[in-house]
Amino acid sequence: MNKENYRKERIDRCIKARSDDIYAISSMNEILYLIFPRAIPIFALAIFALILPLYWQKVIISTCIFAMLAVSWDFLSSCGMLSLGQALFFGIGSYIAGILNHYLHLPFYVTIPLATIFGGLLSTLLLLPVVRLRGIYFAMVTLILPLMLMRGIEATRIFGGNEGITGLSPFPNIWIELIIIITAMWVTLFALRRFISSDYGLIFVSIRDNDRATMASGINIYAFKAQALFIGSSICAFCGAFMTHSYMFTGIPVFTMEFSILPIAASAIGGIGSLAGPLLGAFVLVPLSEILREFGTIRVVFYGLVLVICVVALPEGIFHYLSRKYNEMERWVKIE
Amino acid sequence: MAIIEVRNLTKSFGGIKAVDDVSVDVPENTLLGIIGPNGSGKTTFVNMITGFIRPDRGSVKFKGKELIGLTPYRITNMGVGRAFQMVKPFFHLPAFKNIIVPLSSDRVKATKGGGFGDKDAIALDILEEVGFERDSSVPYKTASVLPHGYLKRLELARLIALKAEVLILDELFSGLSIAEVTSIVPIIEKLLVEGKTIIMIEHRLKELFRIADNVIVFNFGRKIKEGKPKEILEDEEVKKAYLGVEV
Repeated sequence: MNKENYRKERIDRCIKARSDDIYAISSMNEILYLIFPRAIPIFALAIFALILPLYWQKVIISTCIFAMLAVSWDFLSSCGMLSLGQALFFGIGSYIAGILNHYLHLPFYVTIPLATIFGGLLSTLLLLPVVRLRGIYFAMVTLILPLMLMRGIEATRIFGGNEGITGLSPFPNIWIELIIIITAMWVTLFALRRFISSDYGLIFVSIRDNDRATMASGINIYAFKAQALFIGSSICAFCGAFMTHSYMFTGIPVFTMEFSILPIAASAIGGIGSLAGPLLGAFVLVPLSEILREFGTIRVVFYGLVLVICVVALPEGIFHYLSRKYNEMERWVKIE
Repeated sequence: MAIIEVRNLTKSFGGIKAVDDVSVDVPENTLLGIIGPNGSGKTTFVNMITGFIRPDRGSVKFKGKELIGLTPYRITNMGVGRAFQMVKPFFHLPAFKNIIVPLSSDRVKATKGGGFGDKDAIALDILEEVGFERDSSVPYKTASVLPHGYLKRLELARLIALKAEVLILDELFSGLSIAEVTSIVPIIEKLLVEGKTIIMIEHRLKELFRIADNVIVFNFGRKIKEGKPKEILEDEEVKKAYLGVEV
């Protein structure tokens, strides 16, 4: 086909336009159209979690943890806060759960909720003085803080110092672990997606778009940024606390860069700004890293290659690409 | 009784006096025009009134209450709203969602029934008021694809949504066609009829002088003249500074 005098036009599918509206519940087709892309991943993950061997079940758990970190990173970036320190939130949650369990012998169903709330509060308080900073300046602070905490714990030898705290109480069995983390992940994703499209959540997005105009709209942006920080860091703190019980260990490795950088990589290949994209990205990257394990040290090369190919071939992100294919029609129209 | 009283407002950036000892009274329900050459300190002046820049010296009183030292959102919530010269819409949001943000401010929530009801519907009403055709797709379009004229209207709509008593419009007409300006002027006149006070920075003198009650002229950060539009037009010093006419 000669494309010289044609241009590509993208329009929403009729069913998409209809199901955006109240008519979404008017026919089976439209209900299915809406449910299908949400139900398939949920069922697929549940089935995988049921049938895979123990080793891969563990992989699913760590994938879910990274997926939640990525969703939280994307949420913070949707509110105009570029974070390079998911490890900070993650580590704080992990240490709180570890300390509560080791020193006070609290069971996991107490430590995890406490670590989630207080981890979020502590992270928010730590970053409150710099909430006025924007973009890369905010990012620098979040990058430095986990490293400072790491060296601080190492130097003062508190909470087990270099060795960390070991022998923490584990979950009763793998099934409870799987149920908790998978449920938490889906709840986080769908709740945040709903939240950010509500009238209240709109304000967070407006701060990213233009903080001065938000101020000029009579909104206290620092209060909203603090709220966003609390939500974002609580999610990470939950992950940290969960992992502490899953590995029965907490220590300075929880502050490593891996927990900060991998969520960003997952967001980049999955599609920033959709919340579902970063989750999808984590489900590509983490299992991929496991599959490549048999290549030994050269796996980083393959891993990097896949990352680069993804970013170059689909700069918009996998999720945005899929959602476009699902929701829109493309056609060539003649230029007049 | 002046609703806005500015006294000895001064701000220096390094060695440059951006605004130098400016005092002005804005009586309630009048339109004050601010004119002056580029870089004469007009925008710095309104930035100080609205709290975006802290002055070195001076005071700004709104209904007798001091504004200097308050944060922009507080000042906005008191009822002094401003539109930006460089339009600042929320580009990722549809036009009508842009109005939801000011509708969620403390000021609007404090008004009777302001915290309740269908915000979408209120937003659409306000957008219609500033010239977004209700039955078209324009109010639902993402702000990033709207033409410049609509974005200027959106700035105005934000202030209407806030129910601001004093509206500070920074070069609202810049970059608009004559047709667009003529369609926005009635909206401003309507706001005056409703009892609002308006401060306008403007380069489009013809349109401004038609609606302004008072005009002040800035040059090199100083207020060089204040008066009725007619007096300003005939003033020799203003002509020299602003219009570049040799005397």
